[in-house]
Amino acid sequence: MQSWNLLSIITFFPLLGALFILLSPQQEKKISERNSKSLALWTSIITFIISLFLLYGFDSEVSSYQFYERVVIANGLMTYQLGVDGISILFVMLTTFLMPFCILASWNSIKDRVESFMIAFLVLETLIIGTFCSLDIILFYLFFESVLIPMFIIIGVWGGERKVYSAFKFFLYTLLGSVLMLAAMIYLYAHTGSTELIVISENLDLKNSSQYFLWLAFFCSFAVKLPMWPVHTWLPDAHVEAPTSGSVILAAILLKMGGYGFLRFSLPLFPEASHYFAPFVFTLSIIAIIYTSLVAYVQKDIKKLIAYSSVAHMGFVTLGIFTFNTQGIEGSIYQMLSHGLISAALFFCIGIIYDRLHTRQIKDYGGLVSIMPNFAIFFMIFTMANVALPGTSGFIGEFLIVIATFSISKIAAIFAATGVILSAIYGLFLYKNVVFGKITNETIELLTDLTPREKLILFPLAFLIVFFGLFPSSILGLISESSNNLSDLLDLALLGIDPLGVK
Amino acid sequence: MNLFFSELLLIIPELIIILAAILLLMIGSFSTKNSAKVVVYFSALTLFFVSFLEIIMPWDTGLLFTESLVENGFSRFVKSIIFLSSAFVIILSSKWLVRYDSKAFEYPILILFSSLGMSFMISANDLITLYLAIELQSLPLYVLASFKRDSVNSGEAGIKYFVLGALSSSLFLFGSSLVYGFTGSVEFFDISKSIGAPEINTGIIVGIVFILSGLIFKISAVPFHMWTPDVYEGSATPVTAFFSTAPKMAAMCMLVNILYGPFSGAFESWQQIIIFVSIASMALGSFVAIKQTNIRRLLAYSSIAHMGFALIALSSPLSSSAVQSLLIYMLIYVVTNLGVFACIISLETSEGETISKIDDLSGLSRRYPFIAFSMTMLMFSFAGIPPLAGFFGKYLIFRTAIENDLISLALFGLIISVVAAYYYIRIIKIMYFDELDILLTKSSSKGLNITNIVCTIFIVFFLLIYSFFPIAEMANLAAKSIN
Repeated sequence: MQSWNLLSIITFFPLLGALFILLSPQQEKKISERNSKSLALWTSIITFIISLFLLYGFDSEVSSYQFYERVVIANGLMTYQLGVDGISILFVMLTTFLMPFCILASWNSIKDRVESFMIAFLVLETLIIGTFCSLDIILFYLFFESVLIPMFIIIGVWGGERKVYSAFKFFLYTLLGSVLMLAAMIYLYAHTGSTELIVISENLDLKNSSQYFLWLAFFCSFAVKLPMWPVHTWLPDAHVEAPTSGSVILAAILLKMGGYGFLRFSLPLFPEASHYFAPFVFTLSIIAIIYTSLVAYVQKDIKKLIAYSSVAHMGFVTLGIFTFNTQGIEGSIYQMLSHGLISAALFFCIGIIYDRLHTRQIKDYGGLVSIMPNFAIFFMIFTMANVALPGTSGFIGEFLIVIATFSISKIAAIFAATGVILSAIYGLFLYKNVVFGKITNETIELLTDLTPREKLILFPLAFLIVFFGLFPSSILGLISESSNNLSDLLDLALLGIDPLGVK
Repeated sequence: MNLFFSELLLIIPELIIILAAILLLMIGSFSTKNSAKVVVYFSALTLFFVSFLEIIMPWDTGLLFTESLVENGFSRFVKSIIFLSSAFVIILSSKWLVRYDSKAFEYPILILFSSLGMSFMISANDLITLYLAIELQSLPLYVLASFKRDSVNSGEAGIKYFVLGALSSSLFLFGSSLVYGFTGSVEFFDISKSIGAPEINTGIIVGIVFILSGLIFKISAVPFHMWTPDVYEGSATPVTAFFSTAPKMAAMCMLVNILYGPFSGAFESWQQIIIFVSIASMALGSFVAIKQTNIRRLLAYSSIAHMGFALIALSSPLSSSAVQSLLIYMLIYVVTNLGVFACIISLETSEGETISKIDDLSGLSRRYPFIAFSMTMLMFSFAGIPPLAGFFGKYLIFRTAIENDLISLALFGLIISVVAAYYYIRIIKIMYFDELDILLTKSSSKGLNITNIVCTIFIVFFLLIYSFFPIAEMANLAAKSIN
């Protein structure tokens, strides 16, 4: 299996599909649009099928990198180095799994420049998978930052009314965070003489002060991407203006790059600085959980509400990561995966009703339950999962994180638990106003229930959300070895430092 | 006598250019037909040929004409890029030129002479030769700036450029005389020997400052940048394409030659100046470009900012990696600029003028998707977004700075590059997000298309090109010959 370069195949297969669409001969507009859509769909499905081999060949007993590939490129400037471990493999799977649905979801809602949209999407898939697989810091930066290009185009070209503002905000915000990370990466290179993550983590021997600055530089990038509380404001704008599938990719996958970055870089490379800044991260996470939940509650726009709830859920992720224990780390990975599924599903639901009514205001809805009963059922499952009801995947992650936090700081755990209640408040409020109640808007009576295509999108997501809620071991088994390894590594590095951070 | 000929052999490319220029001048003057087309064709061919010649000729160091010229890997590499980019500029201009005035055969010849001046600038090994070379390079440029005889703006650009250029030359000469007075020589080796002494005379420092002022004018960095936007705006677009590519490359590499050559002993003194110029250029170029509405003015400020970025590499002590990163940065800068100008020149407003307002580009992606796409890639590359070439240029520059402990300079540059990203993506926004309102027509020629495609491929697939072609090795070899 190793000799197949499976990761490279998965990473660059979508790019191949994009190339095909680009080079396909000019035909009548209708035909070429159809062709590009089905080509994109098949490319993403085949990518997913290939990635199943990855899951099949993955050895969950091993904590080191698997499917490892390494080539020196660009005259020694960097290496092309890919590999997955328990932390990254599921993000790769999540990406390949969600992509076909995104393309399905934009089947009828994207009417303008369809070929370009499909190309942008497939390129995006390549870049995202590359981000999760790369083990060379410059290669990582390459993928991580290139994501801005297709995403900027997707928001800007196919977005809503304020698309230009949102696209610019998204682009500049993330770029500013990332250039600081680039500076830190170059500093790491200058110190260790290598861009390879494995070599760097072996050779890194930093003075305390520089470790703190480097940690902060990485933090800037990941905190913007995740996003954490004070720098989250790009997210609601970007979400609201992006087309449905763009929002799905943003919420379900791009945000996870931030959390993944913390796990892959910040913690293992700078354990002491991470420990030093943990109270700071805790504070920001708690503020994120409570403040953005309250903000979510007063939103009038459905997409904005979900966007703010994403920020709150990401607050749980950072909380879990910076507990440094196995439960917390496992919990945050679990939370990221389940949020990937849930937020994707919720955005798909919003897309479905938006395609019919062309409004995202909560007040324009109400009484959907009698007109679209199937939709109401699916939407309920996803809302409950978002609220972290036991039996859904959302519960496992938050539960693990709260337990882990409790062992570190009781106050933080109490606040975090409040967040769960707050999420129930805004979640149920949204559900009540959209699905129940009297039909105030006459056009609602004319709506049709889910089409087979929409059911095809929602059913697998609902199934997985419930399945992972009932059988958490299916995921935990894959990630536990690497999480254990990471938390052991942190314990080792922090040996002799007491919990208050005083030597 | 034998020695003289063996020395001549080393400058065969320059001799070819001189001969070609004289010959083409004759052809242009005495042929009765519209000669511009023929002259354009042959001068581009000549430049392509000598560019190739520079690469295959031996890269050993050789001193010639009583040590007034030096040929080494560095000069060969830089000259090759200069000739290549000049050739591309001639190709870019051909269609415009033939339509503007089919008898104006002097245009490509002026470019030939200017390139010749640049090549001597790079090879110069004493201050007198350097001054003469600078003048040989500048005089054709003044004429080119005012090439559109019927346009007031173009005349203004020419005059402005000439007056300020003369001022900078005088600064350079004054500085040279001071250096000569305090070191007793105009030759680079002798100067570097006397500056190498433990204590540097203040007079020499003052001389260096004046010389630097003259040279910074040539690379249009702050505080001697004022001519750039006006000249870029006033000149014809193809001429602007020339201004922003080969002369910038030449002047920057001459700066490398002179700072790391004769003045390397005074590193601590000029480092401060270069750092200041670098920071000021980056900041001014990036912030002022935001408000521009004319695309050539915007590119003028963008080039000021890019010179600031390039100077970051020069702020570090001499090492082959610093020079290498500067060379690669400048190469990428030149290629990106050529691509951008190829896009701009191939678009025309309904009156048959080349476009000048940025808003003219609105909705371009619907009408000419390929031009819009390549323009987008070039802009992202200018902004330094991976995986495009511009990112690698910036990466190398910042790596040099951080390796030499110039961390705050690198941080400043990185943050400013976000500001710069704003105006680059604004152009993309206009092309992709805005609706079509002004009807542009495409006036592409084969030359424009080829340039555009070549530049776009270079920018988009830079990582592959860098991995499989010996660009880095050549730049490294070139950098090693500076010491």
